[in-house]
Amino acid sequence: MQALPNFLPALPEMFLAASAMALLILGVFQKGPHVAREIAWLGVIVLVAAIALVTGFAGERQVSLYGMFISDGFGVFMSVLVLLGAAFSIVMAIRFNEQEGVARFEYTVLVLLAVTGMLMMIAANDLIALYLGLELQNLALYVIASFQRDRTRSSEAGLKYFVLGALSSGMLLYGASMVYGFAGTTNFDVLARTIDATNGVSIGLVTGIVFVAVGLAFKVSAVPFHMWTPDVYEGAPTPVTAFFSVAPKTAALALFVRVMIYAFGELVDQWQQVIMAISVASMILGALAAINQRNIKRLMAYSSIGHVGYALIGLAAGTPAGVRGILVYMTIYLFMNIGTFTVILCMRRQGRLVEDIGDLAGLARTQPMLAAALGIFMFSLAGIPPLAGFFAKFYIFMAAIDARLFWLAVLGVVTSVVGAYYYVRIVKIMYFDEPAGVFDRGIGRELQAVLLIAAAVVLLFVVFPAPIIGSAEQASATLFPG
Amino acid sequence: MQNWPLLTLTIFLPLVGVLFILVLRGEEADVARNARWIALWTSLIDLALSLALWAYFDPSQADFQFVELAQWLPGFHIAYHLGIDGISLFFVLLSTFLTPICVVASWTSITVRVKEYMIAFLVMETLMVGMFCALDFVVFYIFFEGVLIPMFLIIGVWGGPRRVYAAFKFFLYTLLGSVLMLLAILTIYYQIGSTDIVEALNRGVPPALQTWLWLAFFASFAVKVPMWPVHTWLPDAHVEAPTAGSVILAGVLLKMGGYGFIRFSLPLFPVASHQLAPFIFTLSVVAIIYTSLVALAQDDMKKLIAYSSVAHMGIVTMGTFTMTAEGLQGAMVQMLSHGVVSAALFLCVGVVYDRLHTREIARYGGLADTMPKYATVFMVFMLASVGLPGTSGFVGEFLALLGAFEVNTWVAFFATTGMILGAAYMLYLYRRVIFGVITRADLRAMLDLSWREVAIFAPMIAVVLWMGIYPNSFLKPMQPTLAKLIEHVQLSLRENAAAQLAER
Repeated sequence: MQALPNFLPALPEMFLAASAMALLILGVFQKGPHVAREIAWLGVIVLVAAIALVTGFAGERQVSLYGMFISDGFGVFMSVLVLLGAAFSIVMAIRFNEQEGVARFEYTVLVLLAVTGMLMMIAANDLIALYLGLELQNLALYVIASFQRDRTRSSEAGLKYFVLGALSSGMLLYGASMVYGFAGTTNFDVLARTIDATNGVSIGLVTGIVFVAVGLAFKVSAVPFHMWTPDVYEGAPTPVTAFFSVAPKTAALALFVRVMIYAFGELVDQWQQVIMAISVASMILGALAAINQRNIKRLMAYSSIGHVGYALIGLAAGTPAGVRGILVYMTIYLFMNIGTFTVILCMRRQGRLVEDIGDLAGLARTQPMLAAALGIFMFSLAGIPPLAGFFAKFYIFMAAIDARLFWLAVLGVVTSVVGAYYYVRIVKIMYFDEPAGVFDRGIGRELQAVLLIAAAVVLLFVVFPAPIIGSAEQASATLFPG
Repeated sequence: MQNWPLLTLTIFLPLVGVLFILVLRGEEADVARNARWIALWTSLIDLALSLALWAYFDPSQADFQFVELAQWLPGFHIAYHLGIDGISLFFVLLSTFLTPICVVASWTSITVRVKEYMIAFLVMETLMVGMFCALDFVVFYIFFEGVLIPMFLIIGVWGGPRRVYAAFKFFLYTLLGSVLMLLAILTIYYQIGSTDIVEALNRGVPPALQTWLWLAFFASFAVKVPMWPVHTWLPDAHVEAPTAGSVILAGVLLKMGGYGFIRFSLPLFPVASHQLAPFIFTLSVVAIIYTSLVALAQDDMKKLIAYSSVAHMGIVTMGTFTMTAEGLQGAMVQMLSHGVVSAALFLCVGVVYDRLHTREIARYGGLADTMPKYATVFMVFMLASVGLPGTSGFVGEFLALLGAFEVNTWVAFFATTGMILGAAYMLYLYRRVIFGVITRADLRAMLDLSWREVAIFAPMIAVVLWMGIYPNSFLKPMQPTLAKLIEHVQLSLRENAAAQLAER
């Protein structure tokens, strides 16, 4: 009889899945007016416990479950980011869902299931495991995108996300089958060991890798596979948009990094140009297309496309410095985006949400603290020191210079100046323009807390950079064994 | 006293003032009054601290003094490293000298959002002083670029009618310049394995890389100085900024570019600086002559002074790249002098603007009758700007021209021509505003300087005359540092020439 595999590295995932089921049952049997709120807080507790589990069992690189599953420092770092992002977005959604009349406990359960999928993606050490995690994540995300099911825009967002997500999954699967056909395995360890680029590479394998890359580019919404992003971001309920902009993106990027740098690390010459091309295209489109946006959620969608472009510079570098840059970038990006979307959640007039950037006019007069917070996030997203966003870009460009990708770096800084225009324009609207009405007061204690945490991280990163940078440094090293 | 972290105190004291202002609550008028007083006291204490720096500064040393070093990003050899030498000492003083003046100058003219205004100026002071003290590239860059945020807000919130356009132009122009410098800094980091400026100065940069890196730094500093043809943001920013904003802009922000050339471009890239000096000379001479001509044709006072700033900073870049002792000392004194004089000229414009709310030169005339004190003050600064012997302007221009003459007679010739034009537009401005017959009733009703305005101008006049009559107090501390810098540059140039000879 075969011995049982070591389940310990997968403990956080199993814990999350079990907790999601438990919360589902609890939610069904619990009666009372505040079920959704209680379940949401329980969900946050589960996520925090999962963070403790993930970090608590972090240790040496470990492969288990018949080589399907890997736990290493890189995965731990990314998992913590995903869990943090999910916890924030559950907290952000509590009041929102109540105000919009969709206060259902299923929201929390779906987020937990999606997070389980993301953690599996991050820990995948095999193309099959990768696909399983991805689909678990996707199915949950399609549902929460259309969570405001009475609103057509939300339903449309869910449907669009579903159709395009299915398409990209198909491409990824096709690429995976090509890789299997030409390399004879789906396991990352074996791929990394056996692929030998010295005597030329079979064209079939390269085609497979390109398809896998395309599928993943869809998931991180990199140009030219970004078309779904603005519509989904605009249509989905705002806390869901916040969730989309951080957690799935982080998980997909982790996957992207692991597949390209670890599994296909030998073929860096083959995929580097592809990554550079999507990186440049994303940065340029992210900077230019956002200029004309009036809807702040659409604007943030284009901004996220641009930011993925910068993160992909780190991948294109293909070095430990590049991976470190990505980790730092995604950490800081998480707090900037969560903060910005929290402010967007506060944009409410007479109980109705407003999303036009013109509605922010004169916010500095009417609600100075809110305006100051959004100002901090905007300058940070633009990458102006001493705010955290500067350091995010700093480590990315450091990696680019290190890998001698000078032109990529120059293009990156130039597009960041173009992009600065639309971020700074929001500051201009808030600070220079005359007030155009006031937002509803009383944003709720949870939102205040989220806003405070995000602003503090963005503002004070410059004083205490060492913890984040140091752990990113250690985490990135684990991806390059030996 | 030497054991105190005096530089850190000087840099971050204004932020303490910011915290105090932030917690102010109550009636708007009370908050505004308290914010003004807190800002004034904070900046005055900061001035006292920086004067202590000057007092304890050892003028015979060429090295960095008051050095502070603390771990910041240990794994990357990026550290919180501060220190000042003869070059940076006076820029720190200039920043701390002008900030209280700005606070007082805005005492009555700023009436809306006073709290935020004072916060912006105190944050600005922190960033300016920090930039001049930084001895680590990353620390330097953070302060250098962080200045954009408060300045953008100062122009945009409290500025004139076209403030949005001016604020964006200022922001994007300077940002584009500085991001290229960031890439150059990262390249240097990979060359020497650390972002420490002292280390970089000691180790040097390979000649093959110097040209590209020089150009990247040039992109940043040329926009800041500003040099022709990237000067166009300056007139817009000056015209739209509130008076105190113009003062800081002309007084300190432009000096960041000149400081950068002296601190980084010359010693780090001596070979490239030597090769590209004719390029700088050309741009400088064009700036001196062209912007002087443009200034002659202006009918807005602030715009005229803004263009004169470009011309004066042209003398600075010219003097810097002569790489002679006279040229560099001239550039330094010219920057300090311009920092005080142009700031004072903007304040002079602010005085009449506060009374009549227009800067159109044609609206004025004959102010000598109603405002004799004002006419005297304006005259002093106008003559200092022209470079009359006995004022600070003369010392700077004379030394810079002397340096230029040693290197290239034609450059000196054209620069002198530009300075004659400089005299022309300043005297022309003075004649139109101060002399003539008063024709309008509102001009006749204008009040002379108030005691607060006198209190602003008195120390500035003192400094201008001090620098003009006894420049040695300023030259002496900077001489050893500049001498060491020139020696270093000459040595690198010789080494490079020898290496090239050996290759042949």
